[in-house]
Amino acid sequence: MNKEDIIQCGDQLFDAMRERTTLRPFTERFADITIKDAYNISLRMIDRRVETGEKIIGKKIGVTSRAVQRMLDVHQPDFGYLTDQMAFNQGEEMPISERLIQPKAEGEIAFILKKDLMGPGVTNADVLAATDCVIPCFEVVDSRIENWQIRIQDTVADNASCGLFILGDKAVNPRKVDLATCGMVVEKNGSVISTGAGAAALGSPVNCVAWLANTLGEFGIPLKAGEVILSGSLVPLEPVKAGDHMSVNIGGIGSASVRFV
Amino acid sequence: MGNLNKEQIEKLAAHLESAELEAHDVTKITDDYPEMTYEDAFDIQWEIRRRKEERGNRIVGMKMGLTSWAKMSQMGVEQPCYGFLADYFSVPEGGEIKRDELIHPKIEAELAFVTKAPLKGPGVHIGDVLRATDFVLPAVEVIDSRYRDFKFDLKSVIADNSSSSRFITGGRMADVADLDLKSLGVVMEVNGEVVEVGAGAAVLGHPAASVAMLANMLGERGEELPAGSFIMIGAITAAVQMNKGDSFCVRYQDLGTISGKFV
Repeated sequence: MNKEDIIQCGDQLFDAMRERTTLRPFTERFADITIKDAYNISLRMIDRRVETGEKIIGKKIGVTSRAVQRMLDVHQPDFGYLTDQMAFNQGEEMPISERLIQPKAEGEIAFILKKDLMGPGVTNADVLAATDCVIPCFEVVDSRIENWQIRIQDTVADNASCGLFILGDKAVNPRKVDLATCGMVVEKNGSVISTGAGAAALGSPVNCVAWLANTLGEFGIPLKAGEVILSGSLVPLEPVKAGDHMSVNIGGIGSASVRFV
Repeated sequence: MGNLNKEQIEKLAAHLESAELEAHDVTKITDDYPEMTYEDAFDIQWEIRRRKEERGNRIVGMKMGLTSWAKMSQMGVEQPCYGFLADYFSVPEGGEIKRDELIHPKIEAELAFVTKAPLKGPGVHIGDVLRATDFVLPAVEVIDSRYRDFKFDLKSVIADNSSSSRFITGGRMADVADLDLKSLGVVMEVNGEVVEVGAGAAVLGHPAASVAMLANMLGERGEELPAGSFIMIGAITAAVQMNKGDSFCVRYQDLGTISGKFV
């Protein structure tokens, strides 16, 4: 794709997000779109958000489960940027009907870094040594693409389908919990709807953070101390609407809950 | 109330037990006995149990089956069921399961409770179960329905000892007070690859709820779980089909691992 197309697509995504409208998949409109083009589109979209005053506070890793990788026919995750305008705290209502288009919630483990991580060559031990704490988290993903009809390039371009997220208020030292076997229970409107465990995301959430550090390292970009890293869903995505409430409980870490309005 | 007579119960028990012992499948028994009741189904299971005990087998524990909402809807049944565990079902940790002795085995990641006080329904709740629990430890169940293609209804599966065939227990035991059983995670690996994950709440919302339900179901027949009972709670993960040569390792949060191999 040429530079004008990339800028135009990034702008279209930015407008779609603000106006809560959807776009036809880019993969239908540009047969030759590469994953690199898609990341460039996402950078344009995020630049537009930063221009309006949003502040980048971290990153998210997506496409970490085998089920989603199979659906998109890829063998690697993707990533997007988190801004302060996406973040909510335990106890706050999440205004999905104002902010999102076709939201789906997923339970995750958030990592808060205390040291920079710069790939390549970042190992799981490096990730654990650089992690200040892990926190239970709901990410509410959203797609600016019609009916979630996404291929990998579409979701990458759309900032890894990032929507909003909410962090619980229990922060745990990663040395105190086995992140691969820790269990996750997700409840919606009072019923258990899914369970999972850390290994659902690339074998371990730690693997996901290492993958991100190494992938960004190729472009000379570090994961920075203080950043929030959402490590990928451990359960299937759940569509949500205003009026729903959900909680996630992670063994050895704690819980987070959210009310959607 | 039962609709089958003693002779029919004995005949069906022999029919299902032979299928188990000779490792061949049969069609579901409600096809030929549509009038069969739940009481008849349990009578058949208890008759199979009696036959084994008469032959010198010991009953070493109980199991719950179909305890997850996903599993109940997958199998088209409305409520969980129980079965018994005979001595020869037990496979040592790290041991070999002989594929040819079974029909179409699948494995499930579970937990087991060992009790230190009797539990007798009706009215047993999670609190009673936790108080009566000596310890919990990991368990893997090998289920093997005697019904063709695992196709059955609830009455047929109850009569077939709830698909019980083999089990392995091992890993690390723990006091229930030291665990959050609801969020306790399990990761099932087959041939080195993660195939299933889950957490305790997949079983009726809380693992101890399964033991409470067992005590209450047994109470309906005037039976109880004596102190020292070994009880498997039902699958935390979906059941995964195993073939000859497959090996598995199930990792439990804070409770170690269980592994085994199909030969």
